[in-house]
Amino acid sequence: MRFLLDTEQRAFAASLDAMLTSADTPSVVRAWATGDHAPGRALWSRLAGAGVFALAVPGAYDGVGPLPVELAVAFVELGRHGVPGPLVETVAAAALLSGLDESGPAKRLLPSLASGETMATVALPGGGTYVLDGDVADVHLTVRAATSATAGLHLTPTPVGASSAPRASLDPARRLVLPHSGGELLAAGPHVARAAAHALIWARLATAAQALGVGLALLDRTVGYVKQRRQFGVPVGSFQAVKHRLADALIGLEFARPLLFGAALSMAPAHVAAAKVAACEAAYVAARTALQLHGAVGYTDEYDLSLWLTKARALRAAWGTPAACRAEVLCG
Amino acid sequence: MDLAHSPADEAFRAEARAWLDAHVPRVALPSLETEEGFAAHRAWEAELAADRWSVVSWPAAYGGRDADIVRWLVFEEEYYAAGAPGRVSQNGISLLAPTLFEHGTLEQRARVLPSMASGEVIWAQAWSEPEAGSDLASLTSRAVRTDGGWLLSGQKTWSSRAAFADRAFGLFRSEPDTPKPHQGLTYLMFDLRAPGVTVRPIGRLDGKPAFAELFLDDVFVQDEDVIGEPSRGWRVAMSTAGNERGLTLRSPGRFLASADRLVDLWRSRADPADTALRDRVADAVIGARAYQLFTYANASRFLDGESIGAEASLNKVFWSEYDIALHETALDLLGPEGELADTDWSEGYVFSLAGPLYAGTNEIQRDIIAERLLGLPKGRR
Ligand SMILES: Cc1cc2nc3c(=O)[nH]c(=O)nc-3n(C[C@H](O)[C@H](O)[C@H](O)COP(=O)(O)OP(=O)(O)OC[C@H]3O[C@@H](n4cnc5c(N)ncnc54)[C@H](O)[C@@H]3O)c2cc1C
Repeated sequence: MRFLLDTEQRAFAASLDAMLTSADTPSVVRAWATGDHAPGRALWSRLAGAGVFALAVPGAYDGVGPLPVELAVAFVELGRHGVPGPLVETVAAAALLSGLDESGPAKRLLPSLASGETMATVALPGGGTYVLDGDVADVHLTVRAATSATAGLHLTPTPVGASSAPRASLDPARRLVLPHSGGELLAAGPHVARAAAHALIWARLATAAQALGVGLALLDRTVGYVKQRRQFGVPVGSFQAVKHRLADALIGLEFARPLLFGAALSMAPAHVAAAKVAACEAAYVAARTALQLHGAVGYTDEYDLSLWLTKARALRAAWGTPAACRAEVLCG
Repeated sequence: MDLAHSPADEAFRAEARAWLDAHVPRVALPSLETEEGFAAHRAWEAELAADRWSVVSWPAAYGGRDADIVRWLVFEEEYYAAGAPGRVSQNGISLLAPTLFEHGTLEQRARVLPSMASGEVIWAQAWSEPEAGSDLASLTSRAVRTDGGWLLSGQKTWSSRAAFADRAFGLFRSEPDTPKPHQGLTYLMFDLRAPGVTVRPIGRLDGKPAFAELFLDDVFVQDEDVIGEPSRGWRVAMSTAGNERGLTLRSPGRFLASADRLVDLWRSRADPADTALRDRVADAVIGARAYQLFTYANASRFLDGESIGAEASLNKVFWSEYDIALHETALDLLGPEGELADTDWSEGYVFSLAGPLYAGTNEIQRDIIAERLLGLPKGRR
């Protein structure tokens, strides 16, 4: 028993943090939101170079995975820096393809996902109504299942024939489309349903990690702000009402963190669902706290805080609503 | 990153489980906040001690098993999962004993610890006073030098289990005119049955005498009962509330066991359409696991030689609010029966309500978190 990140895992987090800090992610996010994906794609390649997308891909398909703990480490950093794009979805696609017990589709698609050449988005049973960034991703995977015996995995290249006009999310950097109804059938049968269930676990784990990172960034920025913003002649951070809200935000995040890494170790559906509930809840509390304590400046879209505020809300329902995840906790 | 226990730790778990299986009383003991229950719990401590299960983390010389923090956590998981009784010796074991291990003399340890481990002497904590609650350093009870010892006078209050306990430990002002209030305090142990001590039980919310106030009128205490140096008591007292206490004041084992019982209750009687209640049950399960894993992470850091300082305050706020939410959920699940007194759930509920108050109120803990962990400026106290 040594329930702590090891030196290498910490170094991985630190190197991603350094890379993302230098990448000026807020401007990448703003470009992505206006439909200019070039800076986002450039950042994507750098993340792939650091190995982020290889973590969910087995060695047989040019990956280094499956490494759920390292994936959680990476996604906390992606969340902290507000990186845009179908990050979780690309990981879910990799988990889906590698979980198929047939190598054809995996051989065809996984190497380019691991290398960052291909961005994927994916629709799975239990995942939600919309797919993220379906107008940008290079491939669009859909699992449709009336019953588990008849589950089918379909591939559509995008953006050619994107399934529906993208709809705006509360988070301007997320664009939502409906899943494709057609496409090439890659695989069918009960093993597809099993692979989809496995992919859902990876998607929830990555979302939980991303949400934790979003919450940490919100808290961090807010602590910095209340130390320097002065009212009544003193920093607003010296007021007890302000301190106590921040203390509560920290408690939520610090108790979500061990759930996240415990879930990454077991990958049990109930543990991952618990981590998703706790991390998304904590991030949302951090967001409400951040907005309140920034005052009016926090309520503007031009101030960068907005990039994390809106993401915290969007991630709550992505890949399983709080109610769905809580129900899963009690199944386990 | 590893949550698997070593084979040796698992063997320890199995040994503890087997012992508990054979010894935990089949019928729950009466409430330990009553005279009859206190006696029954004292007997249970003796039974634990006879097979060296009462203080597993202590050195063998004092009746323990030299268990490290992880093994202690394992023991606690088994203890509460087995439905074993609450610990009437808790104040002594979790507060006085660590203080003696750090600041006591060998003579004091040899004299005090064995009878504490066996439940023969039960200790009460006499820190708070009517005018000194959160601002503990403003306390005014006095210790005045006399031949071979000290004379204690003043009033202590909210002293848990003092209604039936044997001895107490607390802070007294031995130098009245120091520049700062936390100077000139002496940490002493005294006998609750000594001449000059009057104990007045105080009923808690449900009327049970869970705590008491103590009136002290020239109570003699020998020099051997001073812990640490005279007039340096504040530092001794604060170290008691330090490192290990952040990990061991409330073990995750008891919340894991309560969450399991809550899920059983939910399965046996919940209305499936009441998804709001289902969500609260799920949150209780999530919270217990979060607390367990948070503690394992801190235990790992502790074993690596890091100190757990202000992080203890995260713990305190988390478990105390968690405990109330869990019990409220149980009472809501019970519906009209949730109102009945003297059930396990209602007893637990009443107990949980005090959590945000004792061991430093949650407001004080949040100040510590904000100032020491987040680095926010000190405000007015
Ligand atoms: C069940 C129970 C058992 C106890 N057992 C023991 C025991 O065994 N031994 C013992 O010595 N004591 C014991 N106590 C006492 C406990 O330590 C005190 O209740 C605690 O320190 C708070 O003091 P107080 O009750 O006087 O509240 P006060 O200090 O008067 O506080 C009243 C309220 O004001 C708030 N407040 C005070 N100062 C501040 C501040 N600076 N900022 C923000 N809010 C503030 C508090 O948080 C609280 O909400 C026990 C208490 C309970 C309820």
